[in-house]
Amino acid sequence: MKKFSVPALLAIIAAGTVIAAHFELIDLYVQTVIMFIGVNIILSSSFNIINGYMGEFACGHAGFMAVGAYVTSVLNIMFFTSSKSFGDPILSPELALWFFPVTMILGGIAAAFTGLLVAIPSFKTRDDYLAIITLAANFILVSLFINMDSVGGSRGLMGMKQIVFAMEDVAFIPWMLIWTFLFTFSTVFIIRRFVSSTYGKGIIAIHQDEIAAEIMSVNTNKMKLVAFMLSSGLAGIAGGLFAHILGYINPNSFNILKSTECLVMVYLGGMGSLSGSVIAAIIFTLLIEGLRFIIPAMDTLIHFIPLVPDTFHLSQVLKWVIIPLILVILMQFRPEGIMGNRELSDFFPKLKRYYEFK
Amino acid sequence: MSLLKINGLTQQFGGLTAVSDFSTEFQGNELMGLIGPNGAGKTTVFNIVSGFYKPTQGKILFEEKPINGLKPHRVTAMGIARTFQNIRLWHDMSLLDNILISQHYNLGYNLFDLFVRNRRYIENEKRMRNIAMQLLEQLDLVQFMDEKPKNLPYGIQRKIEIARALSVKPSLLLLDEPAAGLNSSDVQELIKLIGWIHKEFKISIWMIEHQMAVVMSLCSWIQVIDFGKTIAQGTPEQIQNNPAVIKAYLGDDQI
Repeated sequence: MKKFSVPALLAIIAAGTVIAAHFELIDLYVQTVIMFIGVNIILSSSFNIINGYMGEFACGHAGFMAVGAYVTSVLNIMFFTSSKSFGDPILSPELALWFFPVTMILGGIAAAFTGLLVAIPSFKTRDDYLAIITLAANFILVSLFINMDSVGGSRGLMGMKQIVFAMEDVAFIPWMLIWTFLFTFSTVFIIRRFVSSTYGKGIIAIHQDEIAAEIMSVNTNKMKLVAFMLSSGLAGIAGGLFAHILGYINPNSFNILKSTECLVMVYLGGMGSLSGSVIAAIIFTLLIEGLRFIIPAMDTLIHFIPLVPDTFHLSQVLKWVIIPLILVILMQFRPEGIMGNRELSDFFPKLKRYYEFK
Repeated sequence: MSLLKINGLTQQFGGLTAVSDFSTEFQGNELMGLIGPNGAGKTTVFNIVSGFYKPTQGKILFEEKPINGLKPHRVTAMGIARTFQNIRLWHDMSLLDNILISQHYNLGYNLFDLFVRNRRYIENEKRMRNIAMQLLEQLDLVQFMDEKPKNLPYGIQRKIEIARALSVKPSLLLLDEPAAGLNSSDVQELIKLIGWIHKEFKISIWMIEHQMAVVMSLCSWIQVIDFGKTIAQGTPEQIQNNPAVIKAYLGDDQI
């Protein structure tokens, strides 16, 4: 019984949302927010492997997301749609539905291999220096896509909506929502299994004492390789989902600001806490989306009480003041994040009676 | 067949020769001491043997196989475990996890098994857990199983570090100043523990130690080095009366 309680709960949530979306009980905007929550959960929990469990300070997660997004999108556009740059579809568009998970995983694999860009230097580099390398990797990948005219360059890449339409032509149900749920749940399960195994705990050993890990027969280089590749591969999957949810990607949406978002989520949730990353991703996405309504409301308010000149307006850029400010306040008052390095079951031991999550 | 054979080992750091022409041999199942004044190069010898440094010159054969230049985790997997002068446990993990992670050399499953949690994964995890539990029982540490090492007394932490080293089933155990920072009653217990491990696990132990009480009561053969050179070797009695050793420790009588 205990064994099935978590999967059952997740299945009920997913099925409920999908059914509600199918019968238009929730509108497209709410659906998009739910899908973004999923993408952000993948991003923050995969980033947590490096920044939380392995204790390195990486800050270029969005770069790997970009690789996943572009590889998945280009593959799908090339194979299943007719476009100006890639010509007629190679396979019939109806097959898009079946090949969508395949292309997603291929995008993840491509991103995992780009993760080598950071993983190999990490053998000999640590801390601040590795942080600079990850930052550089992010810039390299973003400028790579800016300068690739075949995938749209800085204008961005479009046409992923056609894939979604092709899937909906086969059966008219909210496919993207289903894929998002599927990939999000599998990511969380994969990470949970990884860090709760003796194999995966090797990266926690590297975090706590790398020399001791090496001497106690942990192959630290291999573990770093696995950790970075797993983390960037999952980020690539998040990127693929992101591209198909929006239907449009632009290299600049994967710049350092996106990486900062990932950082904020990891530190908000707590380093080395999987449930923390999930909770933080949910809170953070809702906050970002909430600000869309709060900032105009504030704008109306300050003009209602004539405090500022009429020409002054609060813009959505204020978001980028509020998010870093959250990070500052967090570091001041709760540097370990919402959960610290503990899991939900450490806070509520009674929960253990109802579920077994592994 | 000798267990460990070191021949003409030399280690230079730039212009400094930390170890020069160091040789030793283990037949197996002995308890040897490596002593010398501060900065004599004792820990450097251990660091070379465990794979942290690549020696400038010399050969190290472990069970007839050359091990110089191998990565530390490979050396450990072959059967040389070590402890450190300053305790290097994973302080934020439970004691059981500390022992379990040391089984990395012999996981028996790969990443795929891990993600799908198949039988191979479950059986191997169970096997490793059994090894760890058996070891904890042997060393009487079961009551601390779920504790984090940082919350335990220093003497217990030493014992845990030795237990962790034993969990890789070594045939040679290197102890780098096991008695450093222990009080006299803990030292007595440590002497008993090391002697017991030597008998019970039938392994060779090689230790660096400054406390003569420990070295003299445990070791059957002692090697003394100073400025990287071997100045004397012999039984504890021979070493105690060796003029070169006395000179190295206490200095010349000329001022």
